[in-house]
Amino acid sequence: MAQMVTSGTSPEGPRPSYMYKVVLLGSMSVGKSSLAYRYVKNDFRELLPTVGCSFFTQVLELDEATVKFEIWDTAGQEKYQSVCHLYYRDAHAALLVYDIANKQTFSRAKLWLEELEKKFLPDEIVIALVGNKTDLAAEREVTTEEGEDFARTKGLLFMETSAKSNHQVNDVFMAIVQELLRREKEKAPRPSPHGRSTVDLRASGARTRCCRS
Amino acid sequence: MAADVHKKKSWEVSNGSLVPGDGQHTERSESPTPGLAQGTEPGAGQEGAMFVHTRSYEDLTSPEDGAAAVRSPEERRGEPAEQSSMEQISKDFSELSTQLTGMALDLDEEMRAGKEGKLEPSPQTTRRDSVLSGKEEEDVTMDAWRLHRKHVFVLSEAGKPVYSRYGSEEALSSTMGVMMALVSFLEAEKNAIRSIHADGYKVVFVRRSPLVLVAVARTRQSEQEIAHELLYIYYQILSLLTWTQLNHIFQQKQNYDLRRLLAGSERITDNLLDLMAHDPSFLMGAVRCLPLAASVRDAVSSSLQQAKAKSLVFSILLSGNQLVSLVRKKDQFLHPIDLHLLFNLISSSSSFREGEAWTPICLPKFNSSGFFHAHISYLEQEMDLCLLLVSTDREDFFTVSDCKRRFQERLRRRGVQHALHEALRTPFYSVAQVGIPDLRHFIYKSKSSGLFTSPEIEAPYVQEEEKERLLGLYQYLHSRAHNSSRPLKNIYFTGPRENLLAWVTNAFELYVCYSPLGTKAGAINAVNKLMKWIRKEEDRLFILTPQTY
Ligand SMILES: Nc1nc2c(ncn2[C@@H]2O[C@H](COP(=O)(O)OP(=O)(O)O)[C@@H](O)[C@H]2O)c(=O)[nH]1
Ligand SMILES: [Mg+2]
Repeated sequence: MAQMVTSGTSPEGPRPSYMYKVVLLGSMSVGKSSLAYRYVKNDFRELLPTVGCSFFTQVLELDEATVKFEIWDTAGQEKYQSVCHLYYRDAHAALLVYDIANKQTFSRAKLWLEELEKKFLPDEIVIALVGNKTDLAAEREVTTEEGEDFARTKGLLFMETSAKSNHQVNDVFMAIVQELLRREKEKAPRPSPHGRSTVDLRASGARTRCCRS
Repeated sequence: MAADVHKKKSWEVSNGSLVPGDGQHTERSESPTPGLAQGTEPGAGQEGAMFVHTRSYEDLTSPEDGAAAVRSPEERRGEPAEQSSMEQISKDFSELSTQLTGMALDLDEEMRAGKEGKLEPSPQTTRRDSVLSGKEEEDVTMDAWRLHRKHVFVLSEAGKPVYSRYGSEEALSSTMGVMMALVSFLEAEKNAIRSIHADGYKVVFVRRSPLVLVAVARTRQSEQEIAHELLYIYYQILSLLTWTQLNHIFQQKQNYDLRRLLAGSERITDNLLDLMAHDPSFLMGAVRCLPLAASVRDAVSSSLQQAKAKSLVFSILLSGNQLVSLVRKKDQFLHPIDLHLLFNLISSSSSFREGEAWTPICLPKFNSSGFFHAHISYLEQEMDLCLLLVSTDREDFFTVSDCKRRFQERLRRRGVQHALHEALRTPFYSVAQVGIPDLRHFIYKSKSSGLFTSPEIEAPYVQEEEKERLLGLYQYLHSRAHNSSRPLKNIYFTGPRENLLAWVTNAFELYVCYSPLGTKAGAINAVNKLMKWIRKEEDRLFILTPQTY
């Protein structure tokens, strides 16, 4: 599934390393950037709207593996959509974010899912449906059950979060990692079946050399 | 979607001869004269220019933009036909000095007057344009709205709102309707600039099919300058969509609602309008450099130059709205307007502060038909140093990201980080460094390099309104110096609050502000001294040796 990264000098250690590409999808202003910021910096601040895409990395040292997340945060604006499909290509996981206080963003999330289903086979990508802004409980327009039911029928992970009050943000990413690693184990005996080109950390060294010329 | 820019197809700059050739630095004169050849003035690049050669202002507004002002008959009558330029300027200036001085006050008074139903203090009150005022008086909520100094609207040719600086387009759609009516009324040919003067306002229209841009301004800017700002807004929209895409959309559907596509980027346009009101870069059509020791800048530029990749066209390092270094692909020139748009993009979103951004961007003056892909990131958390790597290949994120890493590594190895940090602590210099007592402020632009330098604005221009007033005076001088029918190369004006001088030659433009106590002879003396100082400091204030890869 993911690119397995082995250290160039030492032989295979007991703990494997994986690199996963994670994309944040959803309507404008649902809190994608805030979730990424909360997760990477453990902070919340008033960010101005994302332009294009932002890229973050986060390394997790887990008991069973070292995981490097490459997180792509997209602007979610229509004018960038033609460009943004490039960003979710080759993704290992997607956070499908909506705002629990805005029903329309929930419908949009469903559309994003359709888009993803066109591009990926179910076992190719881990998708988490994320209802953000739980701190706005008073303005809630999408019930937890609605989100849950939809996620269940589509086989998605589901969680409600608040980037603002730091509610379950880490948990979403942890749930994704666990699912990715579980799938990794399932597939372990077989060589990676997919023909998609993923970014190999070793290969990026080679790329560096080739453009120094 | 428009195709990516892979090769520059139609290179606009046919006048390669305007780019100064090599070896001209040997002729650099000590004390510049008006006859100074372009390319030898202080600040001129020694190894060719970084930017597309432009005549800045004119480049935007002529020939196809040639400002043709339509004035109301009264106004035309009110203007003495045969008044010498100097007299006209003196008159304008005294008006400017008093009226700009009283700007904040006028606003206050007008707010009260509006409530109490008194007449406005403006002498032009009686000269109302019936269409506009009729509309305004109908709507009570318009009172607050009217107090803004400059409104900007963008609409489609079908009259659909695209952008409004203040307030929702929805609420203003009736106003938009009026504007469309005016546009069609005034319309003679496409791409023309039209304006109406009414009631202390200037209404300026710029039509750039399929868009119409309108400004309603109570500033003292000329039509040309307002039109120039509107064109920046137009280019700003192109930078998000490309000209090709914009046209395609409206060919498909005449009454398309462009706001859908522009959603989320209104801020970028708002920011551009704010920037233009404060930053002389836009007026000068030139770029300001961060003052930096030449050795440090060269080290930075070399590091940038070495961290190249096949798809890279421009590597730009900037701090605030000042350029630290720009390295470009050989034979590819950036246009100052495109660089201004990039500056604006960066200053309009804090999201670039975190992580690495990768965004499609069209550089409309370079090629309005396709997208580049810009990698945008800040070098260090606490440092205002932003790196912009412009690539032709949208797939190249990781390669370009690696260029950033290599650049930082080289910076470290060259040990210039400390010097850079130091320079960033004082991003502006004080006019006191020049050592001319009566000198308060100046703007000097080298035409061949497209770069300008200007000290920090200091006392007595401390308050925001005062700063804007000073910029307003420069704007006025600039418009007089570039007036298409009566351009003036030398202007000196003594006013109650300051004396001003403008000097425009083929090689440079200089705008100087003195204390009101000095004399004309003193001012001219000071100019010579100032020019010598700029020459002496030029390798710190300008980028004299731009690099390419
Ligand atoms: N109350 C609340 N506001 C949030 C939360 N997350 C984000 N926001 C706000 O929602 C707006 C949009 O957030 P942003 O992260 O830019 O959304 P994006 O467009 O999806 O990236 C901003 O004003 C955020 O401050 C949250 O969990 N709770
Ligand atoms: Mg965002």
